[in-house]
Amino acid sequence: MTTRTTAGRTADTTAVPTRALGGGNPSEPQGQPGVATHCAYCGLQCAMTLTGSTAQDLTVAPRRFPTNRGGLCQKGWTSAELLRTPGRLTTPLVRRDGELSPASWDQALDVVADAIVRTQAAYGRDAVAVFGGGGLTNEKAYQLGKFARVALRTSQIDYNGRWCMSSAAAAGIRCFGLDRGLPFPVTDIGSAHAVLLLGANPAETMPPFLTHLVRAADAGGLMVADPRLTPTAAKAVDGGGLHLQLRPGTDAALALGMIHLAVTEGYADRRYVAERTSGFDDFWPVAAQWLPERVERVTGVSVTTMRAAVAALARARDTERGAYVLSARGSEQHASGTDTVTAFIALALVLGLPGNPGTGFGTITGQGNGQGGREHGQKADQLPGYRKIDDPAARAHVAAVWGVDPDDLPGPGRSAFELLSALGTDGGPRLLMVHGSNPVVSAPDARAVAERIASLDLLVVCDLVLSETAAVADVVLPVLQWAEEEGTLTNLEGRVLRRRRALAAPGLCRSELEVWSELAARIGCSTGFPTDPRVVFEELRRASAGGPADYSAVTWERLDAGESLHWPCTPERPQGTPRLFLDAFATPDGRARFVPVDHVGPAEADDADYPLVATTGRVLQHYQSGAQTRLVDELSAAAGDMFVQLHPDTADAAGVAEGDLVDVVSRRGRTRASVRLDDDMRGDVVFLPFHWAGDGRANSLTHAALDPTSRMPEFKACAVRLEAVS
Amino acid sequence: MTPTPRRVLVVGNGMAGARLAEEVRLRDPEATRFAVTVVGEEPHAAYNRVLLSTVVAGGITPRDTRLKPDGWWAARHVDVVTGARVTAVDPAARVATLTDADGTERTIAWDELVLATGSTAFVPPTEGLYAGTPGPDASLAEGVVAFRTVDDSSRIVEAAESASTAVVLGGGLLGLEAARGLLARGVEVTIVHPQDFPMDRQLDVDGGAVLTRVVRGIGARLVLGQLVTARHPARDGEPAHVVLSDGSAVAADLVVVAAGVRPRTDLAVAMGLDVDRAVVVDDRLATSVPHVHAIGECSQHRGEVPGLVQPGWDQARVLADVLTGADADATYEGTSVLTRLKAHDIDLASMGTVDVDVHDPGHEVLAFTDPVRGRYAKLVLRQDRLVGAILLGVGDAAGALTQLYDTGAAVPRDRLALMLGRAVTRSTAPDTVNLAEMPGSAVICRCNTVTKSAIVGAFRAGADSVAAVAEATRATTGCGSCKGAVDGLCSWLRSAEPGSAPAEPAQSTPDQSTPDQSSPAPVPAPAALTEGAA
Repeated sequence: MTTRTTAGRTADTTAVPTRALGGGNPSEPQGQPGVATHCAYCGLQCAMTLTGSTAQDLTVAPRRFPTNRGGLCQKGWTSAELLRTPGRLTTPLVRRDGELSPASWDQALDVVADAIVRTQAAYGRDAVAVFGGGGLTNEKAYQLGKFARVALRTSQIDYNGRWCMSSAAAAGIRCFGLDRGLPFPVTDIGSAHAVLLLGANPAETMPPFLTHLVRAADAGGLMVADPRLTPTAAKAVDGGGLHLQLRPGTDAALALGMIHLAVTEGYADRRYVAERTSGFDDFWPVAAQWLPERVERVTGVSVTTMRAAVAALARARDTERGAYVLSARGSEQHASGTDTVTAFIALALVLGLPGNPGTGFGTITGQGNGQGGREHGQKADQLPGYRKIDDPAARAHVAAVWGVDPDDLPGPGRSAFELLSALGTDGGPRLLMVHGSNPVVSAPDARAVAERIASLDLLVVCDLVLSETAAVADVVLPVLQWAEEEGTLTNLEGRVLRRRRALAAPGLCRSELEVWSELAARIGCSTGFPTDPRVVFEELRRASAGGPADYSAVTWERLDAGESLHWPCTPERPQGTPRLFLDAFATPDGRARFVPVDHVGPAEADDADYPLVATTGRVLQHYQSGAQTRLVDELSAAAGDMFVQLHPDTADAAGVAEGDLVDVVSRRGRTRASVRLDDDMRGDVVFLPFHWAGDGRANSLTHAALDPTSRMPEFKACAVRLEAVS
Repeated sequence: MTPTPRRVLVVGNGMAGARLAEEVRLRDPEATRFAVTVVGEEPHAAYNRVLLSTVVAGGITPRDTRLKPDGWWAARHVDVVTGARVTAVDPAARVATLTDADGTERTIAWDELVLATGSTAFVPPTEGLYAGTPGPDASLAEGVVAFRTVDDSSRIVEAAESASTAVVLGGGLLGLEAARGLLARGVEVTIVHPQDFPMDRQLDVDGGAVLTRVVRGIGARLVLGQLVTARHPARDGEPAHVVLSDGSAVAADLVVVAAGVRPRTDLAVAMGLDVDRAVVVDDRLATSVPHVHAIGECSQHRGEVPGLVQPGWDQARVLADVLTGADADATYEGTSVLTRLKAHDIDLASMGTVDVDVHDPGHEVLAFTDPVRGRYAKLVLRQDRLVGAILLGVGDAAGALTQLYDTGAAVPRDRLALMLGRAVTRSTAPDTVNLAEMPGSAVICRCNTVTKSAIVGAFRAGADSVAAVAEATRATTGCGSCKGAVDGLCSWLRSAEPGSAPAEPAQSTPDQSTPDQSSPAPVPAPAALTEGAA
């Protein structure tokens, strides 16, 4: 047992433990040539400078910033290619005689508005649905939620972040009372000597993040739980750290086994548990039954390895060298994802990590605005400021900002997969508007989802490129992309960032803010939908005031002056909150909660017909469904074609060799991929990246079993077999 | 109309009995179909017996061994009777007689009876171990504890406060765990084991020899091939001690008996059930009498009497399926047993058939012996399937091997990888391999997909430093961890192509929290350049 002091700190939440100070200049540059903005892609939001005045001559250079420390990956370096790709949409398209044909904005918007009015008149307001995306700016995410509830007055709105952060978010709220991906600046991790990553592969998904793991890796304290020896796991092993090569879907058992070891071998911080948490007494009996040797049989991670991982975290904690537990999609994208993250939070709590300087628990947010996008109302059960839509006080506050009667606000709607599954069914939506998402490729059990989408009366897609979803739409509206727009995003550490315009809109492209304003006016809401993102942000500030994600003291002026502002940022706490929970957790009693959860395993067991477990993930060169990055030649060339990664013995058993085409078959569909052999794969696992469409669509296989709390689908484990392609 | 719930009476509140009650409730959460009563002899709520050696070792308290939080059973409508024994059962009338600790008797009617009476510790009738006449229920002498119950673990902990010496009777799993715990409490421990090596049921001769060294290495005395013939309490200034079969004496303020267990079958015998070593059950956990079932350590299924918890839990699940009709065709096919010693400094796993000669024609046997470092690995394969293994001090491989053993999947063809639990050759970081021998297509900078060829090309075009290579190729500009490799490549190229400027200007790569520790690669023969750039 440790006797580390866990006494509460003073209310100075901006105080920084000196050893946790990260490098880099936190301020935004002023007066330098070029436009200072952030990357088009992931949640790390690397800082970059754009130089040039046309799409053809625009260049990208990395910019020093605490999160990326002057680094960019290949996606970031080549992001300007998206501005000049021939695949860029520049004019509205309307389907006529089966073909998407150019149209004027008035023609296209009239088609959409007429259909909305007609559909709602015939089938009710919920017959029109909206699907958003985690890449939308805060202003757009906010305005989309408002457009749905105030203009369309539909409850049917959700977004692709449901398939990304929802399990971690639900577990964070459950255990800490609040969900902010990293409740501390990402640079804090850089000083840590022990970091346990759970289903995270930042070496490929957000490469510059690795700069924050160098110290842990060099100290032999980088530990990675992943079914594959990913580049991140290899980095851990090369530095003397650990790879916990678990069977997909057994993450919760791993967490419980590590908790068991922490307690029985004396690594628990009993004083912290007594002073800062609740519920351990009811939690422990579950972990007590997960004897390490039982966990070993379930996960395939040896007791020795689990013990070493727990000891490394405890040692770093005891010597004040920094210890962090970080989860990501690998452990979260399961039908038991919320419970799994809850169990890993419990591990961090047993060790006394969260809410203390230099230690902690966090989740690594994936999408570009995956944090801000999950706070301001594009989620089915949510209102701006991370408020609950079924909370009367929240409804009253937001309705007042919006100038509507609280009773006119719809209630909670369907979650993402449930929404898409209901399309075109009795009582389900008949018209869908998609913004910043490509569900034909990214949805679980995508073949079934594509069928539902095809059954719509009208599909409207706003996008930059003709994504696979846009290609089947009835109306396609060309919108702005990152270097063409102003706005804010909130990065993985809850810091609000400015996105700045370097180029004018190409062709006829318009901002979604203009699209919604025009549509709202056409269906009878002539006010309330400003098109200037700065004006929208001012309203977002007021709408979020008093909510958990409170932006009320964040202004564009302050951001433009280079201030580093992490929410909550309020008049009472104008400097923001880089580190949450130092004094108390956001629960009613200020204590973090142990919630008893058990391991249940994947919803679909392997059997004689489908003897392998397929898991999905990313490659470095592609982002999300690949709709954008597949258009960048350099990225496409480097990434190659769709592949399946597997052990040579597994390939042998299926009669296929390196480079052969093979069909990976599940109960729901098949995916064709070329064989990529890897000696380090588990023999019972195959890995498929999910960036390709058509025959190579990995989500044709995935299982849409949903988490009971977060409604996260089971992306990361489904039963498959291999069939050689003759 | 609500049908009367069927009454399930579980005799025994140990890990199997309690688990059965839990499993039945999972299938009947509202208790509308089944009324469940669990009777336990011990005065405590059901606890996790496996954790008792951890209690002795000091990691947790007896309270931490509770299987469920307080109030859990009542909240789930499970009637738990503690401190009472079922002393008689009439299988024809389907009633049982309960006797409380104070001798009060009452009867309870049942529709289904489940025997989960477990085992009792076997204490040999050696002189001085019992307080009076030796016998199954006889009390033990002061200073002697049989290690079985949570109260036993409390007694051991209490005795260890004052004891400076202890003798553990039995060098099996439990004996070794008890010894480890007592050592942790500063007690001088001697383990007396009648066989030639400890854990003889789970090991072979070579593995046993290595374990002997390991046990002695952690500070325990280990006496092999002998029995304790008598125990004498402290008397007339002579300290308490035991006498061994060779006549020598060993100081023993405390004697912990871990000499095996005996299934508790007295009730079953009295009921007239078919009892062999334990209560005989079929694949549906049914005994020879209708509506009477048995699970856990008091049962004997296909000749096997469980000695670990996993079979009892598996049986509880199957029996709950059968009793509730959740899966009326459920059958119990046996549990593959895996033994793992719980002692943080002895990493030992044993599974399946292990006593097979390396040259046995019917098996493929792999072995690795490293007695000095306390390591021993033996894998027994049959037709490419793992049928047995001993893993001592080589725990890294245990995870992969236990899963291969459990699933019966074909083992990797690479037998060395199999023993190590991982591939022998794997792609290592570029800065740790010889850059000269690396093919030109090898990716040096993963973040920007920059190959060795690209860097060589940039160098020849004038980029002779990390910064210049970064400028030309973007190598090192992502996470920065390939900086050492690029630096090494530049050094190599400079020496291989004299005339290049040795300058190394300021870096334009991402900040690194710690200095780069990778050293440049060895300087190769220039010939390699051609291959590398190809």
